[in-house]
Amino acid sequence: MVRDVSFGQYFPGKSLIHRLDPRAKLLIFIAYIVIIFCTFNFAALAVTTAFTALFLVLSKIPFKFYFKSLKVVIFIVIFTSLLNLFYGSGEALWQWWIFRITWEGIQRAIFVTVRIICLMLASSCLTFTTSPTELTDALERLMRPLKVIHFPVHEIAMMMSLALRFVPTLLEETDKIMQAQKARGADMESGNLVKRVKALIPILIPLFVSAFRRAYDVATAMECRCYRGGAGRTRMKQIHMGPRDVSALVVTALVIAGVILCNIFVTGVF
Amino acid sequence: MNCILELKNVGFVYGRGTPFEKRAVDNVNLTINEGELIGVIGHTGSGKSTLMQMLNGLIRPSDGQVLLGGKDIWAEPKKIREVRFRVGMVFQYPEYQLFEETVYKDICFGPQNRGLSGKELDEAVRKAADFTGLKPELLEKSPFDLSGGEKRRAAIAGVIAMNPEVLVLDEPTAGLDPMGREVLLSQIVRYHKERHNTVLLVSHTMEDVARVADRVLVMNRGRLSMFAPTKEVFSHADELEKSGLKVPQITKIMQDLRRQGFDVPEGVLTVDEAFEVLAPILKKEGKLW
Repeated sequence: MVRDVSFGQYFPGKSLIHRLDPRAKLLIFIAYIVIIFCTFNFAALAVTTAFTALFLVLSKIPFKFYFKSLKVVIFIVIFTSLLNLFYGSGEALWQWWIFRITWEGIQRAIFVTVRIICLMLASSCLTFTTSPTELTDALERLMRPLKVIHFPVHEIAMMMSLALRFVPTLLEETDKIMQAQKARGADMESGNLVKRVKALIPILIPLFVSAFRRAYDVATAMECRCYRGGAGRTRMKQIHMGPRDVSALVVTALVIAGVILCNIFVTGVF
Repeated sequence: MNCILELKNVGFVYGRGTPFEKRAVDNVNLTINEGELIGVIGHTGSGKSTLMQMLNGLIRPSDGQVLLGGKDIWAEPKKIREVRFRVGMVFQYPEYQLFEETVYKDICFGPQNRGLSGKELDEAVRKAADFTGLKPELLEKSPFDLSGGEKRRAAIAGVIAMNPEVLVLDEPTAGLDPMGREVLLSQIVRYHKERHNTVLLVSHTMEDVARVADRVLVMNRGRLSMFAPTKEVFSHADELEKSGLKVPQITKIMQDLRRQGFDVPEGVLTVDEAFEVLAPILKKEGKLW
């Protein structure tokens, strides 16, 4: 069933990571993506991996959900690491037909695997511990300076939160329609590609029809409550940066510094 | 009487192993005979919809067995589609499943999946349309041009056209106007009588259930709280109230009269029935000529 996908789901909780200001989390996440791709030797990679492990543990989300989210990318991980494994240059350690494995290839494969896995774990951690509302709120606040150049910050954030809001609704709807068509004997599990694509028509058409209907309903409901854009709007949940958030940012800064130091001072490959 | 559906210790848990784990159906045992019209009632979230979806294999029970004609429907999971043709299921607000260019084609979808074609198919579609009171000229229209009530009929016809042995209807009259409800309900009864099929009718309207059902199945918090002939179920007003349900208004009035000392039977289900009972009493008192 579609609802089994755990990637992107929010798990309510009260852990330290849950309670962090969403803006801090978002900033840390962006910084994290940058440093994960700036790890040039094993020492730096180890530092970022340890950092990842730290916030995974602090999030207090059962590890099996993280494993589940990794399932989605397992194919990409295997594919890219194999590509890297066979395309390294230098002295061959092992060779057969066109396949050549070099020390450099092995290293590259390890780096790429660890990077993708860490990236996936970090983004899962962000969505597991931050509700969609918090996330879009944080985005809106962080993008506020862009208003100077007349970038429609509020509108973008509103669209995002509406879109996110309707993801579960549409999933549920898809599920319902699938059940209804299955009850009429729709066969979605067998046949070749053409047949399977055709089998989607009875699901997609009702889904589109209802998505449009919902869009009109939401627009009407918003107008009924006098929605007229972002000007002068206050919010129910204020977000505050506290000492906790500042210390989290400081820790992240230290990790970045550590990674840079490792890159410079630990001599090695790459 | 032949038993067509049997549930043995059936249970279902949503989202097992997640923080959202919820037991929707708990240890349900029951048998349904061929040709019965069963009313299914229960408070919102009592597990009746989940239970219904287990009857045709849309949901696989976490525990227990569902037997159709004596055979476990999950004995061969690959053949579960066969079960879905034999147990037709009309969901709540079924009009949202229409997708074809014309109503005719949409009704064809089910029977075509079952393998019907040519004359057989045409006959099945036209008969189903007739049963639900869909006018023949509507068949060539787009389903999206129909009115709400007509869409509902078209969707129900789409399931009836598969000619299932058991028909499950999940609140078929929800959201229709009083006249539409009345007509649809009597069409369901007519279908039941003419085809001698088994029908399960899920409804929130006690009056409807009281009027048409042979037996009533009451669900409460995932458990089967009562399954007995209609009169019997509706004479247990207290127990129904515990399940968050009510008896039909006329039944309630008759029960109050009984409590006041009038000689009226228990479990009067319809206004007509109440009239039959009350007329002689009033005549005797000289208040009715």
